[in-house]
Amino acid sequence: MAEVILFYFLMAFILIAALIAVETTDLLSAVICVGAIGFGCALFFLFLRAPDIAITQIVVEVLALVILIRVTISRNATFVTGDREFFASVVSVVILMMIFLMAVQVLNSLPAFGDAVFAEVTDSASKTYISQGMEKTGAANIVSAVILDFRAYDTLGEATVLFTSVIGAAVILRKRPRKLPEEPQI
Amino acid sequence: MLYALCFLLFVIGLYCAVVKKNMVKIVLGIVVMEYAVNLFLIMLGYRIGGIAPIAGPGDVEHGQMTAGFINASVDPLPQAIVLTSIVIGLGSLALMVSICIRIHEKYGTFDITEIRRLKG
Repeated sequence: MAEVILFYFLMAFILIAALIAVETTDLLSAVICVGAIGFGCALFFLFLRAPDIAITQIVVEVLALVILIRVTISRNATFVTGDREFFASVVSVVILMMIFLMAVQVLNSLPAFGDAVFAEVTDSASKTYISQGMEKTGAANIVSAVILDFRAYDTLGEATVLFTSVIGAAVILRKRPRKLPEEPQI
Repeated sequence: MLYALCFLLFVIGLYCAVVKKNMVKIVLGIVVMEYAVNLFLIMLGYRIGGIAPIAGPGDVEHGQMTAGFINASVDPLPQAIVLTSIVIGLGSLALMVSICIRIHEKYGTFDITEIRRLKG
């Protein structure tokens, strides 16, 4: 039970950081608050018994902060002016609240927090991974057994997406335009 | 209740992405949404009093996992999928940020309402 109270504290921290990140007018503060959300998430993952995710989240968060600070710092437009038109904002807030209320109804139909969903499904894939993962792959860490053996193609796709996005960023940020091929002499 | 708070985080990110005018704020909103989804997926696999899905020396008997480990371990599948999702999130963030930098170079502003005209 003490753990659940801890989860509520962490969730409150993350939500407060998110509200500050959304509402502050200084872009650098907003970026730092997003960093706070990320590290709060890393702590959350650690207490949710997901140490691999926590480590990855910390590494990715540091990189993301560096990237985001790169875009905000040394730009003269670090201050945000205002929101969009008042009427449009009100309409979007109302729609978002409706979405939230409907989602709460849906989330109530899930099993309560702490009862793993997969435990109630007979023959779920997760159970197979837990009970036979070590025997089939030889990895004591079931998560690495899943990402590197059972679902290795998924990891290959991930690497492909990552490199594609890096190539895309490099192409977009390239300073000099590509040299056009010279006109053929006729 | 924790699920609902997690969805509240998602809605805050969506609000930021929909209402704000600043491009960097929109990127931050998308990042916040991503965190919310990752957190929700990990929460789904959690069980109270569970242990991490990493087998220790006492969890294996005669090449088989003990029933104690099987019945206490949290769900490894969302953890593996979220691991992929976090890394892909970093890639998409880099792409979005580079687009922001490029637009700022071309138009001199982050305000999306002022970026209306096409410049060739």
